[in-house]
Amino acid sequence: MDDKEIKIDPLKQDENNLGFNPADYFCGERPKAVTPVANKIVRKFYNWAQANSLWILAFGTGCGSIELPPLYTARYDVSRFGIFPRPTPRQAGVFIISGYLSVKTLKRVIRSYEQMQNPKFVLGLGSCTVNGGMYFDSYNTINRLDYYLPVDVYIAGCMPRPEALIAGFNELKRLIKEGKAEGANKYADNFDWYKANQKKIIKDWDLPEYNW
Amino acid sequence: MEEILKRLDERFYVREKKQQRPNLLFVTVDKKVAVEAVTYLRDYEGFRHLVMISAVDYIEQNLFQLTYLLHNYQLHSDIGVRVFIDREHPVMDSIHHLWAAAQVYQREIKEMFGIDFPGSPRVDEPMILEGWDNIPPMRKDFDTKKYAEETYFPREGRFTLDPIKQMEKKNYPLEAEVKYEIKRVVRDNRDKK
Amino acid sequence: METVLIKIGYALASLFLIFNYGLLLIGFTMKIIARVHGRIGPPIWQPYIDLSKSLSMRTAIQHGVMYYLGPVFRFTGGVGLYLLIPAVFGSVWLQNFSFSGDLLLVIYFIFFGMLGMALGAGESGHPFSAMGIMRGLAQTTASEVPFALAVIALAAQHHTLSISQIVAAQQGGIAHWNMVTNPIATIAGMLAYLGMMMHSPFDVHMAPQEIPVGPPTEYNSSFLVLLQSNRSVFAAAKLVLFMNLFFGGATSIWEMVIKTFLIFEFCVFVGVVFPRFKVEQSVRWLLQVPALIGVLAVVIYMV
Repeated sequence: MDDKEIKIDPLKQDENNLGFNPADYFCGERPKAVTPVANKIVRKFYNWAQANSLWILAFGTGCGSIELPPLYTARYDVSRFGIFPRPTPRQAGVFIISGYLSVKTLKRVIRSYEQMQNPKFVLGLGSCTVNGGMYFDSYNTINRLDYYLPVDVYIAGCMPRPEALIAGFNELKRLIKEGKAEGANKYADNFDWYKANQKKIIKDWDLPEYNW
Repeated sequence: MEEILKRLDERFYVREKKQQRPNLLFVTVDKKVAVEAVTYLRDYEGFRHLVMISAVDYIEQNLFQLTYLLHNYQLHSDIGVRVFIDREHPVMDSIHHLWAAAQVYQREIKEMFGIDFPGSPRVDEPMILEGWDNIPPMRKDFDTKKYAEETYFPREGRFTLDPIKQMEKKNYPLEAEVKYEIKRVVRDNRDKK
Repeated sequence: METVLIKIGYALASLFLIFNYGLLLIGFTMKIIARVHGRIGPPIWQPYIDLSKSLSMRTAIQHGVMYYLGPVFRFTGGVGLYLLIPAVFGSVWLQNFSFSGDLLLVIYFIFFGMLGMALGAGESGHPFSAMGIMRGLAQTTASEVPFALAVIALAAQHHTLSISQIVAAQQGGIAHWNMVTNPIATIAGMLAYLGMMMHSPFDVHMAPQEIPVGPPTEYNSSFLVLLQSNRSVFAAAKLVLFMNLFFGGATSIWEMVIKTFLIFEFCVFVGVVFPRFKVEQSVRWLLQVPALIGVLAVVIYMV
């Protein structure tokens, strides 16, 4: 008994012996498109409020996330325009994909994006999100972001300067005010297409269908 | 460095040597004695720091080359220990018992080149490429561009316009057409001769 | 019947006033902090926009009953605290229900919202929530010690626990304020106030850099609206409480606004100047200097 060493690794559990029922922990429901408020005045007011209070999710992918600190601090100060960093996806509204996106990161990005609440916007920063940029022939980075997430605004450049990012935010504000930035509803409507694309490149799919 | 090389040669038979800089030396040793050579350099010659382990795919010679780059803090000099291993049976002895940091390099090399290091902790788990089902991507026979085009929905390339031609066609459409037609005829006839 | 309706109307009007005042205070704070950082800063009505934006979210995620009730408890704590304190002494409608409450009830209400929030955030299951709760509760408990000692000293000085009577005793010029008549208790109270306001030296449980926004990590949409509203009401209510206890209360709205604004700026400027404490540091600090000063204040009046 004494010479026997028993090792239990909690992270390494057999697939069939999970010790819990996944259905209790993951909600299997599909996302639904939510139509905006019918009343025109209220809808305009809501759009205005959303355009003037954009909370960016603190999630940096690739080299573009280094453009964000100068954006928040004294040099460019986007808080003038009501743009603030927000560390949790539950409260954030804007997802900046800042640069190249590897397949491993895409998994985390999808998870974070799906946890955000409905009016949510995606900003593709840099050429890498447009067509792969200088990593167009890489074995591990995606080429077109809009095959995996609904992108509202692309900001081209390698790297775009913070001014370009502010210009992108202005464009996003214009879209929101006109009621055209319906990325979340687009995602819900074309859910199967997006999921098929995501599953094509994420070979070991171990996420729930939708991360509520 | 000369003396270190001499002592190393006495013990392990250096097959090839290359003095890159006064303080950077590359030696090639046999696969069987590579770990001993690295251990000797670490414990007796003061090369205590493992800078990196790198791998090169020499597909023409059917070989992989591993380089253990070591650094000596007293001499401010580096030694790269090179080992050639067979491409058909890519297995190498692990050195994670010498430096814990070697685990990460060995995991990466396992993933990118498919060189196995039996006994190295977590060497079989995916590190960067989660769920990779192709041949290891850094091998020369892996066609990266083809794989990327098949997998990642490439965006169609743009067409580019020569500004001189474009402005000519826009401002003087007739003259430009005649000019380029003449040029085309001349070129075609030249090619025929 | 009619008096009851009038009372309810007065209470609602008073709440409306303090709600807007609190939001503007938050906006002002953001502006001041930005200016200290060398930035221009958001407009001072930014909290209103944030509030309407959170309200306009189309979906909301919830994790269970306590998760639902957490923000409600928190808001109840804030509103209850405010409604038991006379905002303006002698005013008919801003007197609130101060006759029915005393200092002990107020201390209870300061803690009540915190506990409700802890239960709610705990059910969200997010590990960062739990860490934020642990830190927040530790810090609030620590800052409660010097505050309670200062309150006991005041009660011993005035031989009453009623806030209205304490305010009444301070009327008639600056020489009658507790700040002058009982400076040691004032120092202890104001140092405890720094710990209670959750501004910079003591904001590690809300630390956005290490732990995403602390306990409300999982709260979204309309739950967040409730928490944001409570933030304004609760902060303003605490300011009014400290004004009443140490700085002679107020006899008009403008006096209240000026006094509470100055008290608030005290903690804002301290927060801008000093870097953040770790939780164990802040607990140790609150239990050392302010608590000892509080003990001294109590001893002076007890002996």
